[in-house]
Amino acid sequence: MPSNSSTKLLRLWQVLLALALLGFWYAATSPTLLPPVYFDDPNKAAFFFGEPLKVFERMWDWFASGTIYAHLWVTLLETLLAFVLGTTLGLAIGLWLALAPTASALLDPYIKALNSMPRVILAPIFAVWFGLDIGSKVALGVTLVFFIVFFNVYQGVREVSFTVVANARILGASDRQLLRHVYVPSAMSWVFASLHNSVGLAFVGAVVGEYLGSSRGVGYLILQAEGTFDINAVFAGIVVLTIFALLLDWVVTLAERRLLVWQPRGGETDKI
Amino acid sequence: MPVAAPALALENVTVTFISPDGGRYTAVRDTTLRVEPGEFLSVVGPTGCGKSTLLNVAVGLLRPSAGRVDVFGAPLAGLNGKAGYLFQTEALMPWRTARGNVAAGLEFRGVEHRAAFARADDWLQRVGLRGFGERYPHQLSGGMRKRVALAQTLILDPQIILMDEPFSALDIQTRQLMENQLLELWSANRKSVVFITHDLEEAISLSDRVVVLAAGPASHPIGEFAIDLPRPRDVAEIRLTPRFIELHTLIWHAMKEEVLKSYAQQQLH
Repeated sequence: MPSNSSTKLLRLWQVLLALALLGFWYAATSPTLLPPVYFDDPNKAAFFFGEPLKVFERMWDWFASGTIYAHLWVTLLETLLAFVLGTTLGLAIGLWLALAPTASALLDPYIKALNSMPRVILAPIFAVWFGLDIGSKVALGVTLVFFIVFFNVYQGVREVSFTVVANARILGASDRQLLRHVYVPSAMSWVFASLHNSVGLAFVGAVVGEYLGSSRGVGYLILQAEGTFDINAVFAGIVVLTIFALLLDWVVTLAERRLLVWQPRGGETDKI
Repeated sequence: MPVAAPALALENVTVTFISPDGGRYTAVRDTTLRVEPGEFLSVVGPTGCGKSTLLNVAVGLLRPSAGRVDVFGAPLAGLNGKAGYLFQTEALMPWRTARGNVAAGLEFRGVEHRAAFARADDWLQRVGLRGFGERYPHQLSGGMRKRVALAQTLILDPQIILMDEPFSALDIQTRQLMENQLLELWSANRKSVVFITHDLEEAISLSDRVVVLAAGPASHPIGEFAIDLPRPRDVAEIRLTPRFIELHTLIWHAMKEEVLKSYAQQQLH
């Protein structure tokens, strides 16, 4: 473990690096600060790469005027719905197929095919089926989340120790109790292990869906800005999405700590 | 009055496994094993002689290829509801606390949650784990996990307790502590025990009777010895008594000859 002071030093360097990159961005794109070296017109660098101050100005406008919140809310809602639906479906079907070898053998090639298909390509079909509202974005996110959860659950059930199952049966567990007290908890540990992945992909599904056609959401903002060649707004949208994704990831980490207390963590020396 | 039926009777049991490539492997052949109510029986034999197979048949996890299993005179169908099973390997549910694990059997049988937890706490105390109820298995040592498993089995008050080398993974001090604790719990409420081990000393110090199995494949009993050592016993002290050493020598001789014989047979095939 790094000591406290070296962690602080590391943080300092990380902040300095960010400032340096922003400074470089600012200097290289400012129409007045430096003579143009590559582009013939001093405004072209700013046109293609945006200007950091204007990007922050744009973000400030969004948050100060409050216009961004409705869009963020839509993106969050799509992400959450995709995550919950995808996880539920993946859990249910994963459990079913793991415990029904015949069905699993029958469906195996189809699942492999669906999984290897680039599913983002389904977005236009979902737009036709579910319209341009949140339905099509949720559907896209579900197809992305489902397979992650499904394969993890499948694996989780297959990997339950034979002894643990036999012991539970001898202790008197019925088939239902076995499912509830042995298979589901075991599968859940695998689902939680993939929580970061599945939340991330739900978010990707929402944003990509919005970007491909929508009337609300952060992806829509970016699409609009791009349509008017407002590169600063595009960058502002990307920054907002990144911050949002980091926040989601942090919430997932908190949830994980609570839900997986029974699992040993690396380096834990709590044995007695 | 008719003679009481044995608690558990394996009559002429043969178990043959078929491997995926079509090969056959007979783990146990023509084995008869009877345990009286309240009797502590140990089965010893070299590693890989089919001891665990016999227990799996007794508890109903495996169906014998031939032969019969009777529980208190009635033929066994499905899982043996009168038996508790202490596994050699980890069998606790890692996502449940020690208390949750001990209470599991009661909850499966429909005992109300709070009542089950109260009884689990009582049992944790009996196996010396008071105050450890909230810990998860990975937070306990190997010896403590065995105690939890023991409490988990005994809380259901099974008429027959099957134990598959339960203490083989423990260090010698912990092991003797656990053996004494087991004897104490058993003598307070005498049930039939089938205790499987490869350790002859452990078998003699715990049991009323020791059955010796030949080395596998096609294992079968090759000797049976009554252990007339007085109870209550202390497993560490009883090993030093002359009668213990006498019995040990006697059984070891029989075992050695037979084991060597079956080993030689194995080499021929």
